[in-house]
Amino acid sequence: MAGPCMSHSLWLVPLLPLLAVPATALLLRARPAAAPWVALLPAMLCVLVARLPLGTTVELDWLPSLGIALALRIDGLSRLMALLITGIGAGVFLYASAYLKGHPLLHRFMAVLMLFMAAMLGAVLADDLILLVVFWELTGLASFMLIGFDAHRAEARKSAQQGLLITVGGGLAMLAGLLVMGTAGGSFRISALLAAPEALLAHPALSWIIVLVAIGCFAKSAQWPLHSWLPNAMTAPAPVSAYLHSATMVKLGVYLLARLHPAFQEVALWQGLLTGFGGATMVTGALLALRERDLKRKLAWSTVVALGTLVTLIGLEGPLAATAAVVFLLVHALYKAPLFLVSGILDKKAGTRDAMVLRGLLRAMPLTALAAALAGLSMAGAPGFIGYMAKDLLFTVQLGVPGLLPVVALVVNAAMVVVAGVVAARPFLGRRMPSPAPVKDPPLAMLAAPMLLALLGLGFGLAPWLISGWLIEPAAAAIFGRPTGISLGEKQASQTIYYLSQAAIGAGVVTYLAWHRLQPRLAQQAWLDAYGPDAAYGRLLRGVAGLAVALTRLVQGGSLRRYLALSTVLTFGGAGALLLLQGGLALPAEVAGPAVPQLLLVLLIVAGAVGACLARLLLAQLMAAGLVGFGVGILFLTLGAADLAFTQFTVEVITLVLLVAILARLPFRSLDARLPRERRRDAAIALAAGMVGMLTLLAVQSVPFNNAIAAWMAEASVPQAKGRNVVNVILVDFRALDTMGEIAVLMIAAMAGAVLFRRLRSLEGRR
Amino acid sequence: MKDSLILRASAGYVLVAAVVFSLFVLLRGHNEPGGGFIGGLIGALGFVSYGLARGAAATRRALRLAPIAWAGIGLALAAASGLPALLWHGEAFLTHQWLSGTPLGTTLVFDLGVYLVVLGFGLTFVLPFLEE
Amino acid sequence: MEILLALLFGVLLAAAVYLLLARSVLRIIIGLLLLSNAANIAIIGAGRVLGTAPPLVAPGAEALAASASNPLPQALVLTAIVISFGLTAFFLVLAYAIWRSEATLDGEALRLAEPPLLPSTDPALAAQAEPAAQGRGSALPEREGA
Repeated sequence: MAGPCMSHSLWLVPLLPLLAVPATALLLRARPAAAPWVALLPAMLCVLVARLPLGTTVELDWLPSLGIALALRIDGLSRLMALLITGIGAGVFLYASAYLKGHPLLHRFMAVLMLFMAAMLGAVLADDLILLVVFWELTGLASFMLIGFDAHRAEARKSAQQGLLITVGGGLAMLAGLLVMGTAGGSFRISALLAAPEALLAHPALSWIIVLVAIGCFAKSAQWPLHSWLPNAMTAPAPVSAYLHSATMVKLGVYLLARLHPAFQEVALWQGLLTGFGGATMVTGALLALRERDLKRKLAWSTVVALGTLVTLIGLEGPLAATAAVVFLLVHALYKAPLFLVSGILDKKAGTRDAMVLRGLLRAMPLTALAAALAGLSMAGAPGFIGYMAKDLLFTVQLGVPGLLPVVALVVNAAMVVVAGVVAARPFLGRRMPSPAPVKDPPLAMLAAPMLLALLGLGFGLAPWLISGWLIEPAAAAIFGRPTGISLGEKQASQTIYYLSQAAIGAGVVTYLAWHRLQPRLAQQAWLDAYGPDAAYGRLLRGVAGLAVALTRLVQGGSLRRYLALSTVLTFGGAGALLLLQGGLALPAEVAGPAVPQLLLVLLIVAGAVGACLARLLLAQLMAAGLVGFGVGILFLTLGAADLAFTQFTVEVITLVLLVAILARLPFRSLDARLPRERRRDAAIALAAGMVGMLTLLAVQSVPFNNAIAAWMAEASVPQAKGRNVVNVILVDFRALDTMGEIAVLMIAAMAGAVLFRRLRSLEGRR
Repeated sequence: MKDSLILRASAGYVLVAAVVFSLFVLLRGHNEPGGGFIGGLIGALGFVSYGLARGAAATRRALRLAPIAWAGIGLALAAASGLPALLWHGEAFLTHQWLSGTPLGTTLVFDLGVYLVVLGFGLTFVLPFLEE
Repeated sequence: MEILLALLFGVLLAAAVYLLLARSVLRIIIGLLLLSNAANIAIIGAGRVLGTAPPLVAPGAEALAASASNPLPQALVLTAIVISFGLTAFFLVLAYAIWRSEATLDGEALRLAEPPLLPSTDPALAAQAEPAAQGRGSALPEREGA
């Protein structure tokens, strides 16, 4: 059975759903009625995963130079996860096809759900850290799209953004941690790292690795204080809440912690982080679960509790803790998913999710009530259900720890009994609520998944040997690092612990009976909303936006003068500072002093420049600028640059014609609207810039001059380029490519000008 | 200015003289001061003075093609002058070639391209303001 | 001569910056004219004045005479003159277009692309400022037939 053919079929597990994404979208857009059949793919994959032998590994080179490969591996833990993903996936696909029947975007929903499943399978099967991150983030992306599925609702968009920002932000920290981890441990292969973690554990950056990876896992698995996105994600359709936000995706953080646990289990920081934050998460979740009225949000808070419990269990030492974690992981998926699906049915059929309003629906929807009761009993830990075994293990592990944890465990368990009662029993008992339309059981497609999952909870509870050696022990061994030798169904708890757990359940039942009086009091505690992490998230988001606005206003205030002044000060200030600090001040050696006519010419140009600055009338300014232009031209002539001089003169004439032609149509006065104060400041900037410019040029001129290029050009001009005007030869021959670029610039400017003129003409034609 | 009889009468001759002079400057540029840039500017000035006397429409007629088209032709000519080296002589783009024994070579074609681009560019910006 | 050129460069640069910092777009254009002259002087100055004769090889000679000026910076400046003419011409037409569509040449009043209300943390305010900026008839090219 374990032939090469079988092992290669491991590729199919993430690949088939990935390929099915576009196929699903196209098929369901054409034939929405085919939606229920899509559930066959996860069901098929579930069978395939179950038949794959443990330890199967496949790999392909990806980035061999970095030691990164496309490697997949299946062991006890990843098989448990993959079975949950595909098994619950099959039920959820079926449920969703009925839940969203007739929805115009059904095809998109199912395609994204398929993408999510592919990413999830890839993430739990990946044996390479980088590959894991890729699939990990892909699940976050799918979650974003599914939370924001009702994109027209602002609430949905906001929740989707929150979920994405928190999980992806955590994911970034995790990526950093995993990169350091791969470098420190000498491999990016997870199995190799776990087999030989010595280098990793001895690495000085070990604490950083642990903290960064934990941040990513905590964000994904909604640990305090990064939990606030999960209850808000309940704006998503019910199948999404059941699948992503209780059974699978939020378990991904727990999965990675469990996956890495064999390497880190002896590190005190690791244990402290996991038990500390896990415990805080349990307490927060339990308190807020009691306070909540909305069924789905209430379930979400209880999911937060479950995730906190799982993280705590992984942080504790010993084979029993690992077994408890695995059992609770499975149990939670088996009861929480049906409860979410039932809350979706209630929402759809009875028109509300308010736990205070929903009453007495037992006669109207008996089958739904049965599924809810089975799941609720498993959640409360009633004997005969697999939930009972989970509670047994949980109490044994948690009550055996010194410190606060036993108390926390008892209180939280009581609270979970309350939640189970409110969600699974209260809507169906008591006096029948008034409802506008008749309420009845949903079609089979919607009922199948919650009923089957809840029945599995009962079945596994009655016959634990079905899964004990085949499913539970290998998974626990993967967390523990070696075989645990524990089989499910053996009673673990001592007599004391048994009575304590019974007391917790009793307290829970009593609180449930008083819940409708307790809840309003809890709801009045407004400080819980004002100071929680959710409020902090809102403040953080507003703070980032505010900072961005303040920064933009500072550097991009919209004032051209400010931009110019700022860039001038920075450019010349920097150059000036460099000159002073590096001792660049120097005077060049003069070969020949200026002649008297040149001195007079320079005086004339300076007069022109000053005049251009001070003149009030535009025409006077133009004349002053013209004086500068022609003066510079004549100066070129005296310096032996005949070509330059002639070009300058021609350009001056054309510019003048253009200026006069345009300015005849513009306001004649170019009044300086600056305040005297501003003018003084600008003059100071200008003088400083001019000073720095002059000193820079002097410094440049003081450097020994290398004339090799120009000398070569002077010699090669006639023999090689057959031209006696060296300047022209440089332009059309030696540096012809450069000139080509220049005329291309002119061409582009001409085209831009032509477009502007066309636009101007159409503007004039309109007026 | 368009009403000045002397200007109107002499404009045609001035234009011809300016264009001839600008071409002369272009051609002698390789050996004496001059060349495509200056030639193109002088040519543009000739057309501008013609436009001042006769108006933009008449100038456009005298030009035959739109200024931007002349600039485009110039850019194409300049680029083409670099091709013979590339295609037939196995040398780098824009390595100029000469007809053996004569001063006639691809440099002249290149400079003519520069001339046309500068001419077309200048007129693109000035001509619209001589209209109305 | 080098020191004189450096001095001239400093003066032209200062005058150009003073004009560039003005509010009137026309003054900015005149500042640009001065700035390009300053840049050309700087290139000539940095390339050294080696001689004062034009860089022309005498007929029959093989190379430049020793008294000739340095041809390389001259070639660079020649194209720079033409390019800065292009820049000035384009800027002038732009100024004219601004005047036609906005009826002002005060650089501080031109806030079409960066309205004073933007950016804003308040989405409602931002949305209000955005169409105000887009709705105005502009001479700048956007789309044909607008």
